[in-house]
Amino acid sequence: MFNSSLNQLSTLLATKRVSSIELTRDFLRNIKSLNKEYNAFITVNEEMSLDQARIADAMIASGEGSPLTGIPIAHKDIFCTKGWLTTCGSKMLSNFISPYDAHVIELFNKAGTVNIGKTNMDEFAMGSSNETSFYGPVKNPWDILSVPGGSSGGSACAVAARMAPAATGTDTGGSIRQPASLCGVSGIKPTYGLVSRYGMIAFASSLDQGGPIAKSAADLALMLNVMVGFDARDSTSLQHENEDYTRELKGPIEGLRIGLPKEYFAEGLSDDVSRAVDAAVAEYSKLGAKIIEVSLPNTKLSIPVYYVLAPAEASSNLSRFDGVRYGHRSEEYNNLDDMYLKSRTQGFGAEVKRRILIGTYVLSHGYYDAYYIKAQKLRRLIAQDFTGVFKQCDVIMGPTSPSVAFSLGERSNDPLQMYLSDAYTAAASLAGLPGMSIPVGFGKKNRPVGLHIIGNYFAEAKILSIAHQFQQVTDWHTKMPDIKKF
Amino acid sequence: MQWEVVVGLEIHTQLLTQSKLFSGASTTFGGAPNSQACAVDIALPGVLPVLNRGVVELAVKFGLSIDARINSPSIFARKNYFYPDLPKGYQISQFELPIVEGGQINIQTGKNNEEDERIINITRAHLEEDAGKSLHEDFHGMTGIDLNRAGTPLLEIVSEPDMRSSAEAVAFAKKIHTLVRWLGISDGNMEEGSFRCDANVSVRRLGDDTLGTRREIKNLNSFRYLQQAIEYEAEFQKYILETGGKIKQATVLFDSEKRETHVMRTKEDSHDYRYFPDPDLLPLIISSDWIEEIRASMVEPPDLCFSRFIDSEIGSNGKETYALSKYDATMLTVDIDIATYFEKVVRIIGRKEAKLCANWVIGEVATRLNQDNKNITASPISPQQLAELILRICDGTVSGKTAKDIFNTMWDGESHTSADEIIKIKGLRQISNSDEITKLVDMVLIENPQQVADFCRGKERAFNSLVGQVMKKTKGKANPAQVNDILKERLKKKN
Repeated sequence: MFNSSLNQLSTLLATKRVSSIELTRDFLRNIKSLNKEYNAFITVNEEMSLDQARIADAMIASGEGSPLTGIPIAHKDIFCTKGWLTTCGSKMLSNFISPYDAHVIELFNKAGTVNIGKTNMDEFAMGSSNETSFYGPVKNPWDILSVPGGSSGGSACAVAARMAPAATGTDTGGSIRQPASLCGVSGIKPTYGLVSRYGMIAFASSLDQGGPIAKSAADLALMLNVMVGFDARDSTSLQHENEDYTRELKGPIEGLRIGLPKEYFAEGLSDDVSRAVDAAVAEYSKLGAKIIEVSLPNTKLSIPVYYVLAPAEASSNLSRFDGVRYGHRSEEYNNLDDMYLKSRTQGFGAEVKRRILIGTYVLSHGYYDAYYIKAQKLRRLIAQDFTGVFKQCDVIMGPTSPSVAFSLGERSNDPLQMYLSDAYTAAASLAGLPGMSIPVGFGKKNRPVGLHIIGNYFAEAKILSIAHQFQQVTDWHTKMPDIKKF
Repeated sequence: MQWEVVVGLEIHTQLLTQSKLFSGASTTFGGAPNSQACAVDIALPGVLPVLNRGVVELAVKFGLSIDARINSPSIFARKNYFYPDLPKGYQISQFELPIVEGGQINIQTGKNNEEDERIINITRAHLEEDAGKSLHEDFHGMTGIDLNRAGTPLLEIVSEPDMRSSAEAVAFAKKIHTLVRWLGISDGNMEEGSFRCDANVSVRRLGDDTLGTRREIKNLNSFRYLQQAIEYEAEFQKYILETGGKIKQATVLFDSEKRETHVMRTKEDSHDYRYFPDPDLLPLIISSDWIEEIRASMVEPPDLCFSRFIDSEIGSNGKETYALSKYDATMLTVDIDIATYFEKVVRIIGRKEAKLCANWVIGEVATRLNQDNKNITASPISPQQLAELILRICDGTVSGKTAKDIFNTMWDGESHTSADEIIKIKGLRQISNSDEITKLVDMVLIENPQQVADFCRGKERAFNSLVGQVMKKTKGKANPAQVNDILKERLKKKN
């Protein structure tokens, strides 16, 4: 059951061979036995989960179910969830019980899924290793000495360790794709604007995008069918016609033009990752795809540009956490400024502070043009690179991460090295393009390798199909870490 | 030494919308603290702003009324600073590319409206959200925060430093005040803070081209304070310069009790607001179709209405003109409701009697409204009722004086009765029958031989006394012009 696809679970539920209550209890049991080790969840609330399961069973019984009704889903703790502690991985919000549901949560509730728990994450989604969480690091189920990636590390770990059939995540510069890659699961970040940001605690508004993490492309398609939708409460939400993301899954690979940007295979890429990615590309070739070398000349700029723009937006987005209306407030303070100072000093961790500092600096008088404006111009150039390349090929492939999961603590004192984890993913975020990661093998120490697939705007159905076809002829996505037997 | 005062104004006017600039919460004034603050206003984690379309229309109306450019796109930007009543830690405003740019306003500053007309250029007008309120009383040493006002839409209107005195600044502020209320985009209520001014004041030697260093006086919420603050500030700056000092750029507050300004902060400790485009909001695109739609829905701006009231030729647009004096037109266009009331009256009576109608509206109606502290929309006498009364003057049924009595009768509780009814019930119909008046005149001449003799000796005053006698006999109902004529004629015969 824990290895079942969403489709299989859906059938089990619909044919009443299993109830949502039973399914929920099973996954809760898994969480209970594994979470101490992996720390993938910040909040688990059996009672609330089971309440939802009861509702789901009633929906199914009355024939009102939809494909995901009754299926437990883990939600990244960045999504405001009514009645649930919603911490964003921060001490700042360690006492914040959300009075409302994010749009994404509303959609899952409407679909009748069960919230199985809120997953751990880098504080305010700032990190690539899940080590910046106030609630402690998440462990990679493939190797508990290594990181799961971040910032949606809890979600990726929960899916990899079978604590949830699927999970939600968010991706600002690679926060879905990189942890999916490092944990050997599949994840997709849709085109910017497809998933509403309402109720998704903002890190960098112009980049943040929700998306699912699951065991396969087919499961991701079902998750996207629930998550994507126009929302008038998010001005950047796109009025895009509703799609069935499963519709193209069976589409052929024959004749597909795959572009391999030479910049993605240059210096900085580990050999083990390179080998696994090469093998995956060879598999596509075997399936009839045409492999073309392309160039995204501004790739190198994506990390510097990202680390100007994202902190700039973050420095402003995080201003609301001032200890006045909710969240952490220092026990003692002498005056207003002191209250701000102490509350924020105590409430935020080192990485968040670093980014607030960077962001404040680049927006400051006298530096704004040199940093922020310049970065915006370069962002446009980076996006234009993709526009050009998509004239030559249908999709772009490369490694999701330059290396397999690194060891806990290895990069936590070296922010620059940590930032380079997003070297291949940040560009698609800056361009607003959909990107996904699927497992395609293992590198050193038997740690998973992910293949990064970038599509053109709104090409989610297409890249899901490309991934699905690969998963029809390979079994990397079915591999499971060696976790305690249940 | 001759000094010149230079003033530029920034006027914050609250726009009249049901809901806030970026949320659906109500903008009604005076609710219990935080009863009108929704998740967006409180800035809960994860909430996002959504622009209120109605606000855009009001800003565009203002822009069109002053012949400004409507920018498309215009950009919303974040102005970052920490304050407890600023829930997001930034205010959404417009910085580069405001919605309205350019435009101008004419002001009259002299006592005589014919003189001293000046053009004040508008730099820009941009949309921004208001902050909440910090309440420093009643919380046992703590500060209370009321976020009802947070997110209320404001239009900040910024002028060029084109004013040269406190009087001009007040004239400009009043003109804007009239305009925004006229257009229906703001209630202009200064007590409730719907209309507040910041004044940038500097002085320079008369004839200098360059501007002096300015100081900004914040948050002036009455025209009187605006005037007093600028006057104090100008004198202060002159004094500093004349005694060899230098003006340091600063933001100051006006103490209305002491009538002085005090430094709030200097340039050195001014905030770096770190403006940048708000990534939660898309650039605001306003299509020319939308602009035309808004233009079509607009009332006639006050300046055009004023011109029409003084013009004697009917304009090319076929709209009525009334050939009024500038004074009358000014009085009638201080408020759109007054202008509308006047036009309703004059439309019934006809433009030939426009002056008479204007007199009534500016005179009797305005006086009674003032006494009762009422807006003209709450006048107990409708334009229709007033028109019927004025018609009875025109057709000679009653004299102007009687008409005023009837007016007061109607005003004091006998509303919904027509002038005709009152004339009928009280028998106020004027005597215009010349035979009848001649009889009365002859009677008065017989009864007052002394006055007749006086008149014949050249005492003009005696004539008035005789007229009075005739009027007395008719209880004021005789047509005074007719009495005059007949009396003159009879006295001529006696001579």
